[in-house]
Amino acid sequence: MKRRINNFSDWILERFPLSDLWNDHMAHYYAPKNFNIWYFFGSLALFVLVNQFVTGILLTMNYKPDAKLAFDSVEYIMRDVDWGWLIRYMHSTGASAFFIVVYLHMFRGLLYGSFKQPRELIWIFGMLIFVCLMAEAFMGYLLPWGQMSYWGAQVIISLFSAIPVVGDELSLWIRGDYVVSDATLNRFFAFHVIAVPLVLLILVFLHIVALHEVGSNNPDGIDIEEHVNWQGKPLDGIAFHPYYTVKDIVGIGVFMFFFAIVIFYMPEMGGFFLEHANFIPADPLKTPEHIAPVWYFTPYYAILRAVPDKFAGVIAMGGAIVVLFMLPWLDRSKVKSIRYRGGMFKKALLLFVISFIGLGYLGTQPATPVATTIARVLTAVYFGFFLLMPLYTRWEKTKPLPDRLTPQPSIEERIPLLISLYNEVTIVQAADSATGNTPARRPNPAGMKAVLFRFVKYLKESLD
Amino acid sequence: MKTILTTLLFLLSFSALASSSLKLEDADIDLSDSVSLERGAKYFVTYCLGCHSAKHIRYKRIALDLHIDEAEILKNVAPLGAGIYDQMHSAMNSHDAEKWFGTTPPDLSLIARSRGADWLKSYLKGFYEDKTKPTGVNNVIFPDVAMPNVFWQKQGTQQAVIEKVEGHNVVTELKLEQPGQLSAKEFDKLIDDLVNFLVYVGEPVQLERQSMGKYVLFFILMFTVLAYLLKKEFWKDVH
Repeated sequence: MKRRINNFSDWILERFPLSDLWNDHMAHYYAPKNFNIWYFFGSLALFVLVNQFVTGILLTMNYKPDAKLAFDSVEYIMRDVDWGWLIRYMHSTGASAFFIVVYLHMFRGLLYGSFKQPRELIWIFGMLIFVCLMAEAFMGYLLPWGQMSYWGAQVIISLFSAIPVVGDELSLWIRGDYVVSDATLNRFFAFHVIAVPLVLLILVFLHIVALHEVGSNNPDGIDIEEHVNWQGKPLDGIAFHPYYTVKDIVGIGVFMFFFAIVIFYMPEMGGFFLEHANFIPADPLKTPEHIAPVWYFTPYYAILRAVPDKFAGVIAMGGAIVVLFMLPWLDRSKVKSIRYRGGMFKKALLLFVISFIGLGYLGTQPATPVATTIARVLTAVYFGFFLLMPLYTRWEKTKPLPDRLTPQPSIEERIPLLISLYNEVTIVQAADSATGNTPARRPNPAGMKAVLFRFVKYLKESLD
Repeated sequence: MKTILTTLLFLLSFSALASSSLKLEDADIDLSDSVSLERGAKYFVTYCLGCHSAKHIRYKRIALDLHIDEAEILKNVAPLGAGIYDQMHSAMNSHDAEKWFGTTPPDLSLIARSRGADWLKSYLKGFYEDKTKPTGVNNVIFPDVAMPNVFWQKQGTQQAVIEKVEGHNVVTELKLEQPGQLSAKEFDKLIDDLVNFLVYVGEPVQLERQSMGKYVLFFILMFTVLAYLLKKEFWKDVH
């Protein structure tokens, strides 16, 4: 029996480079050993992608891409299909989780300069994945054929009509009708389940191939290939398999925990993951009072609304994404990681995070004059972060780079620190026989103040 | 397209002529209370099903979820002639509805998910006398709604206290003018039962989903602990 298996595997290996592939990309692919929590989100994105594929395929088995049947077929899945509700919630929550994970993955790139030379192409492929993902999410959102699906698509497609000369023809061509209709639903279905996922898969493949060509960056932003042993193996590198495969499984466990909390206890996430108005069937004659896109598009939607002219708004919204593509060439800093950058970049990045989250919030709210003014300021900050980057990164004073990777403290090493922090912010109250109180820990205001003070001081110092 | 957007903007600027300053009431929802749900189902058939359907639920499903005998559901809850596999269809057709009310009454299967329980309770209790309306009543939560007050016998009639705030008519209070068959407390309970049922119909599986959640979370937690121990074992030699 054993000989037969050996013969069979030899037969395969003589015809297909299976073990070479495995070694090149897993067992002998060396990754820096000091990855921290930010480095989980790449593998998590892949995990969510698989989740979306599997649940998506199952959903298509009962979904009907027909304007008359779509809404009811979704409810049929939710009620009459065995475990249909679970599959549907996994898919809808997975869409939001995908963007959370991808935004954090991109932010990791910003933090540690993972987009910088020699990883520009990885960043470009990643950005293309992001754009594809937005198209995928936008088209998928039309499929339940609720009020928000319908009017969201109506508003976004009408943006194309703002383009001079060809605009009206173009939006007509996209919709296949003068309004969003059955024709639009059918083509969006085709794109959502076949075309875009295929492109997405190819781009993910390219993203990983490009990554494995140059190797992973790390929180220190230095090249681990500079110190190798006699075999040519980097001294600070560890094999991706088994070290990072087992580590990423832990990340997947933690992710699944939060994912399951949302699915089983708050699948609508207060109207952010599934909007309330989307439980009303699409009605082309009745406009909802307040049309808001799903949360992951709101920063760009806020930028669109912040610009007074419609066409200029469309340009600004597109520009907000295009500018991300140019990041590798906007950043002129000599060092990659934020750990060794100057204070200017850190402050700029903090402002950028504030503007991104602020715009995201404003995009969910109705556009009042005050909100629009704030959105304009934040839009200026958003673009300022990128467009001024060649200036403030070129002249900032960077810190000296270490020769080898700095060690990453494990969770166990952090536990004593957490316990001492807990001891500081709480106070033990002695047993009180008169009132019958048992000894208990109460919050200690003085301790909390001291910790807060220390935190602010630390934040201020780390921004220099 | 541009005309649609302009109409949209036009409509948005003229929403709610007589707004209200009333807060939404808290609905007392308990989906594990199957007696309340059964009463709610009965009220739904009595007061709502004449005009509104709930086509995404079958009598069979209600019987299963509330642990009630199928025969009992048909006798106590379902309208005469309905079968156990029937969906909760309305007796009124949309052509008649259009003629009588000017609009088709919406299907109520998902109303609790789009509006929320508190909104439903406040809406159902929010009808007041308004002689300018064809139905003789208006609603504080949903101004100019085409629906009449189906509970007028039970609730009695309410009068609105209207004040002028910054040039707008604002309903500040609803006063019971003429008491109905039920006391305020009994009527409140009726509405709670009905809203409870509507919340259940919005997502029949929700109780099962929540009770299942803790086992799933426990399993994932165990998985994560094992995965962590595995990781620790593998990483022993990394310094």
